[in-house]
Amino acid sequence: MQAEIAVLRFGLGARPGELADAAGDSRAWLMAQVKGAAPLAVSTPLAASDQIFAGLLAARDERRKMKQESAAAATDAKVVNAVREAYQPHYRAQVLARAQSAALTARPFAERLVHFWSNHFAVSADKGVVFGLAGTLENEAIRPHLAGRFADLLTAVEQHPAMIAFLDNQYSVGRDSAAAHFASRRLGSELDAPKRQFGINENLAREILELHTLGVNGGYSQADVTSFAQVITGWSIGGGKGRLAGGVPGRFYFRDNLHQPGPKVLLGKTYTEEGVRQGEAVLADLARRPETARFIATKLVRHFIADDPPKGAVDRVARAFLKSGGDLPQVYAALIESPESWETDARKFKTPEDFVFSTLRALNVSPGQPEEVVRTFELLGQRQYTPGSPAGWPDTSKSWDGSDALMHRVLWASRVGAKYERGVEPVDLAASSLGAYARPETLTALRRAATSGQAVALLLMSPEFQRR
Amino acid sequence: MQRRRFLLGAGALAASAAIPEALFAHTGGSSRLVLVILRGALDGLAAVPPYGDPDYATLHRELAIAAPGSTDGALALDNTFGLHPALAYLHERFTAGELIVFNAVASPYRDRSHFDGQNVLENGLAKPIGSADGWLNRALAALPASGRAADRAVAVSQNVPLILRGAAPVISKSPQATPDVDEDLLARLADLYSNDDWFSARLSEAVQTDKMVDGAGRAGYPDRVTAVARMAANLMRSDGGPEIAVIEAGGWDTHANQGGAKGVLAARLGGLDKALKSLADELGPLWPQTAVLVVTEFGRTAAVNGTRGTDHGTGGCAFLVGGAVRGGQVIADWPGLRRTALLDNRDLKPTLDLRSVFKTVLDEHMHVDANTLAKRVFPGSSGARPLSGLIRA
Repeated sequence: MQAEIAVLRFGLGARPGELADAAGDSRAWLMAQVKGAAPLAVSTPLAASDQIFAGLLAARDERRKMKQESAAAATDAKVVNAVREAYQPHYRAQVLARAQSAALTARPFAERLVHFWSNHFAVSADKGVVFGLAGTLENEAIRPHLAGRFADLLTAVEQHPAMIAFLDNQYSVGRDSAAAHFASRRLGSELDAPKRQFGINENLAREILELHTLGVNGGYSQADVTSFAQVITGWSIGGGKGRLAGGVPGRFYFRDNLHQPGPKVLLGKTYTEEGVRQGEAVLADLARRPETARFIATKLVRHFIADDPPKGAVDRVARAFLKSGGDLPQVYAALIESPESWETDARKFKTPEDFVFSTLRALNVSPGQPEEVVRTFELLGQRQYTPGSPAGWPDTSKSWDGSDALMHRVLWASRVGAKYERGVEPVDLAASSLGAYARPETLTALRRAATSGQAVALLLMSPEFQRR
Repeated sequence: MQRRRFLLGAGALAASAAIPEALFAHTGGSSRLVLVILRGALDGLAAVPPYGDPDYATLHRELAIAAPGSTDGALALDNTFGLHPALAYLHERFTAGELIVFNAVASPYRDRSHFDGQNVLENGLAKPIGSADGWLNRALAALPASGRAADRAVAVSQNVPLILRGAAPVISKSPQATPDVDEDLLARLADLYSNDDWFSARLSEAVQTDKMVDGAGRAGYPDRVTAVARMAANLMRSDGGPEIAVIEAGGWDTHANQGGAKGVLAARLGGLDKALKSLADELGPLWPQTAVLVVTEFGRTAAVNGTRGTDHGTGGCAFLVGGAVRGGQVIADWPGLRRTALLDNRDLKPTLDLRSVFKTVLDEHMHVDANTLAKRVFPGSSGARPLSGLIRA
């Protein structure tokens, strides 16, 4: 069963021949995959976040111009949707490349870890400004750091424009910043009260503490949240006009004139660094804290082993995290070395993502068109890059096991069966995709099926295929 | 869609024995409850503007809703409170005596995490962890017998949210159409699942729920929340349909550019208002025996933040609307918005525990006995005393 566990639980499901590849030293097969960066397994050129962002700004300018030129344009759907239109092709290209990479990669453990971190550091494409950028966070901030240090991964993520924009930090302003002083001097001389007061937005600071590092019970207070929000005032995105011009459009840009100057206290420590260094110093400290080690360990163990994470495995992974200073390959190794990882009965119910990617791998097919992928995930209730909240998609069975959800899976499986039935030998498919997990009654059902398409649907919907 | 015949293999028939004939028999007269969860923390100071509070306009600045009578002003409830102008239907229900507005309410949760806040809202405890089931599921077990089917509650979504998870059986159904699946495939799957209780229970539930909404016309609604509300009503109106439904709506986490009488939040509130109207319209003859409770995990900061939005806060608002509701009341022990009256110098201080509202609705409307409510449904909630007079006698 070692090969099955390595491929189904730690990988993305078996492609033909993969169970044989993982046989023998299954641990070594896994660890060999987490060396170096983890680029997409397909070479489709995707636009970078700064290019995409520049396109967004251009679309906004164009829209503004058209609205000024004609009143009718303000209600014209084409004009109103201009920004969405500018983003749409990028979103679709990212979603397609992600599915193709999951279907084809020879490093499925690394790919699953990319998905894990992408969900840990979730941004959601249902926020307009993030729509075309969501996949760039995964590709630009997570993939390069997959096998590096957690601190570097964390900094890359928090300084990525998609995260800054998702959690509204770009215009969070320190009360005593240069920009606030200028505004109050100017506005103070006017009769009307200022229409807008400058101040912080604590969204990004709170979620870094609660969701990215310490965890909600990690011992921080509201005062720490507020203080951290002051620390990262100025963490913004380049571009903009007038007084806010600066930086390369679409890239991380530290706006010194928005930054709250001076030392700040966070979790009992005083940070005296200046400018962007202050926030980076806080992130470096957060990345080393025992609460962070434990929080990340718990999430990893829940994702890979069981909904209710066994304490022994969590302890082991947290210890490796602390001892190695967050060296991720050593953290992954501790997970692989935990005996709980190799127990055959603890299996997780697949999320729609798991189900779709493992189906593609089992059938040895890769999607050719973005519509196919986009519609599939809409049907199954997990629109790609759209968890809706910064906490990401839930990672326990209970969140995915509704009866209605099951019926949607049956529907999709029957469509997949009809599409791919030609040339498929269902019993062989069961063997190559499930190995020793395939139950005799499933094989009997496959032999008795009315058509090979129906047999494929039955295999995909079998309890053993629905779990990993 | 075509009516799907009940065609399960022999193995699954045993598992589906929990769905007796009674599912299709008429049982009438009992109350209906719809719970609407607004995820993301609705700004109660925008939805129920305290326009009469002297500090409101100063703190909520450009997000504040003006007094009734001014341009884009609040819809008056009394001399202190109004409703956001996008909530026209709710205001109509208030005037008709079918809406109670709560303000300065909160669950017992006092930190500011959405996810923990939602857990507390749904698990019915004082802490985010400690229970894998939800209070509404625990209440289900204590509902007076009605001769109805085992599945007396539905989550109108693909999956079941925490509030409805637990030992009592519930169903889930989303408005997204599932065109007919091949009957032969379903029968064979039922057979394949016969040794796996977990899968066979879900499959027979799914097949049954699908029958309930045959011909209900599910596709093509432009607005998602409205579609969900109509689906809830359709399910509840079907023969032997559920008495309780849970609906969720997201998008309330307005940290930036929240808007005032118009804007992002106004559009969301308008969508909610429309959904509630659709729910009432579709429930039709059931409306007089219905109560709809609208809640969120917590409120937002009293002051506007640096990005024309509001950050996570504490006290907020809730609505109870329906033909069974003794409406026309605002229930708010208003602490005021003076600096010194705010919680932690930033949030509206809650003066009413949402569990008091939950208990009262379950008692007066669903007839769950008080002892069960105190001990099993909301353990450790003695501080949250029930109210009275929320539901028409």
